[in-house]
Formats: sequence, C-alpha cells, structure tokens
Amino acid sequence: MIQRLRPHKIVLPGEGADMLADAIGRIAQPSRRAFLKRSLTLGGLTLLTGCTTSDQDSIEAALMRISRFNDSAQGLLFNPNLLAPTYPESMITDPFPFNAYYSEDEVREIDGDVWRLELSGMMADRRPWTLAQLRALPQQSQVTRHICVEGWSAIGKWGGVLFSHFLKLVGADLGAKYVGFKCGDDYFTSIDMATALHAQTIMALTYNDQPLPPRYGFPMKLRMPTKLGYKNPKHIQVIFVTNTYPGGYWEDQGYNWFGGS
Amino acid sequence: MPDDRSIVHPFWLRITHWLNAIAVILLVTSGWRIYNATEFFGFGIPRSMTLGGWLAGALQWHFAAMWLLFFNGVLYLLINAFTGRLRRQFFPIRPRAVLQEMGAALRGRLAHDDLRHYNSVQRLAYVFVMVDSVVLVLSGLVLWKSVQFPLLRELLGGYEGARRIHFFAMAGMCAFILVHVVMVVLVPRTLIAMLRGR
Repeated sequence: MIQRLRPHKIVLPGEGADMLADAIGRIAQPSRRAFLKRSLTLGGLTLLTGCTTSDQDSIEAALMRISRFNDSAQGLLFNPNLLAPTYPESMITDPFPFNAYYSEDEVREIDGDVWRLELSGMMADRRPWTLAQLRALPQQSQVTRHICVEGWSAIGKWGGVLFSHFLKLVGADLGAKYVGFKCGDDYFTSIDMATALHAQTIMALTYNDQPLPPRYGFPMKLRMPTKLGYKNPKHIQVIFVTNTYPGGYWEDQGYNWFGGS
Repeated sequence: MPDDRSIVHPFWLRITHWLNAIAVILLVTSGWRIYNATEFFGFGIPRSMTLGGWLAGALQWHFAAMWLLFFNGVLYLLINAFTGRLRRQFFPIRPRAVLQEMGAALRGRLAHDDLRHYNSVQRLAYVFVMVDSVVLVLSGLVLWKSVQFPLLRELLGGYEGARRIHFFAMAGMCAFILVHVVMVVLVPRTLIAMLRGR
C-alpha cells in the first residue's frame, strides 16, 4: 500500500519553499522505493535478458531521467496561447467520475467556514484567503474535457477565479519556475508557471454552477484542461511559488511531472 | 546501391531495422499495460505479456521508446527517400500482381530467388507498415499533446477518436509482425540477410 504523505503538517517558515521541497523529497523516498519494487517484474523481459536487481535499479533510474527530460521537452512544446477545446453543456458527462488515490467513501469533509487558503513562497502578499473572499473575485466558467492518465476522459463544467489573475493579485513572482499545492486530503502536486498562467487555468469553486461538492474537491481545486487529472489538485490548502522542484504525490512515484498537453 | 551485388541490405538499413524492432516491442508491450488501465474494448491483455509492472512504469517505457521509434523512423524514411530506394524497392505496387502473388504465396509457390527484389505482397506489406507507423506517431501525438496539435486532433476525431485509432494502428502493426515473423521462419535466409547484409 502506498504510504500516505502529510506534507501539509510541515510548518513553513517565511521563505521555506526550498526546505519544503527538500523535506518532501526525503519523505517521498519510501514510496519511490515501492515504485522500484513494483516495477521489477517488467513483464517477461527479466527472464529474457537475465537482468539482475541492480541492473533494474539502473534501468529505473534511467527511465526516471528520461521522464525528467520529457518534462523539459514538453515545456518547450507548450504554446501558452493554444486553448483546450470547449464543449456545449449538453455534452457534460453525467455522472462525472470520481477519482483519487483513495476511494469515494474516504472523501474528506472540509468546513468551508474555517477553511483558509494559505500562501507561501515567492509572493508579495501571503495573507490567507477565506472562501467568501475568493467568491468575491471575478468568476469565469468552462466546459472542458478532463483526461485521466488511465486513458479515460469526461467532460465537466467548472467555475471559479482565473489563476493568473489571482497570482498577479497577490504579487506572485511570475518568473518563478513552479507553483506547488498542498491539499486537505494529504495530496500534493506542482505545476510549471507557464501552465499556471494559462487562460484556462482556474481556481475552481463550483462544479455545474453549484459549490464544488466534497468528492470534486471542496472548497477549491485547480482546474487545468491542459493537464491530466492527477495534476489537478483538490481540497487545496496551501499554494506556494518556488524555484525548487517540488515534485508531487504521484510524480514522485513515477508519473510524468509535466503530465499534460 | 553499392557495387557489391551480393549485398541485400545496406548497413544503415539493418541498423534502423533492429532499432525499430526494439522500439516497437517496447512500445507495444508497454502500450498494452497502458491500455489495461482502462480496458475500453472490454478485454485486458495478460499481465505477463506487458511491460512496466504498473501504469507509471509502463508510461515511462512508452514515453522513452517513442523517441527511438520517432528519430529512427525519420532517419529510415529520409535515407530511403533521398537514396531513391523508396521508389525503387517499394513501387509500383500493382493490385493484380499483389493478388496473383498472394495466391502463389498461400499455395507455397512464391519464389524467393533474389532477396534484393521485393515481390508485390512484400511491397504492399512494407509500405503498409510505414504508413501505419506514421499513423501511430500522429495519433500518439494527439493523445500525448491533445491541446498542442489542434488540427491533427480534429482530423483524428478528437482525443477519444485518436485513442481508438492508436489502438487499431497498434493491432495493424501486430498483424504485420505476425506475418513478417512467419515469413522469416519459412525463409530463414532472410534473417541472415538482415543480420549480415548478404
């Protein structure tokens, strides 16, 4: 079973994003080892090649390096002006599938009245935000296709605050490399700044014009039609801006970090 | 073509053939594991035939081997085109000749006197697998980067359309490999030629 990480319990000093990344990296080691162990079978290839375990460790390391190279290649391919296709509301997938690293009966119930969005890292104004404050910002909605790393896709409607607008509002360093997220369900992930500033990247507060239900990430998720599902964090509690690679829950176990289009 | 008439396959061709074979085996077996994550045709591929162990491992193999398939394939097509080998070896493909030679092959009477010369069935099969590989790369691009290639995405029926095209193109590739390997078993000196060049 995958070890659950609880990075949101790490107290961040003012400029602590680097420390956080470092800590996450260390904590993530056990799950990384689990990935290596799970990958050892490699189908029947082992029998054919007579690879030993240490060979396979180096194969895994090489594959991980290529995956990081692919992150760079995808960063170069990314055109910030291209938009994901949008759809009429009649095409919305109903019911929209639930997906997480836990089952639906384990969905966290978060109290919207006490919830605060915390900010950290390279931004000027790190004061926390209430849900009411976020709802008072200009809202926009989108009907877009959510594509899962497992291959399936589904169309949904999300509404909320344009993330680039919010980042500018709090004086985030838009030249920084990464934006990281820590979530109320112990999930964490991070994205490239170019995607954070994309015109369809929104801090989603609604699904189908209703407040985001718990299973879709109440009170707030980041919705990016340019990224695979696991890059769209739910129940966000902390947003931080950093130049130190923050990784992610699945990314540290082998899913591609760029993870999108 | 070099002056040495005994050469069946030039060195560059043998290198690109075997690199391609490695890339295709890695891509097909890891692709089967990726398909198993959502078995959208109602059946799964036996786990022992797949590569990667779990989804992330399979994806890592797939997105590593794709570079080999792509660059090796581009190199193969460019050399073929610029040396004139493409036109000389694979064209023309006459439907009547294909039918005749297909019949002869099925009766076990297709002669393989000169391995340097491809019969019409071979030409059709090799051109098919070249086109099929291009379809695999293009549909794969849509699956990988559906936002970045809007025209290609719409031509291939959107993300979900590209998913099915990618699968069927894989099936076409596997059918080719099956026939290809059976023919090699029936005419083993073709394997020697692809290894030694003569």
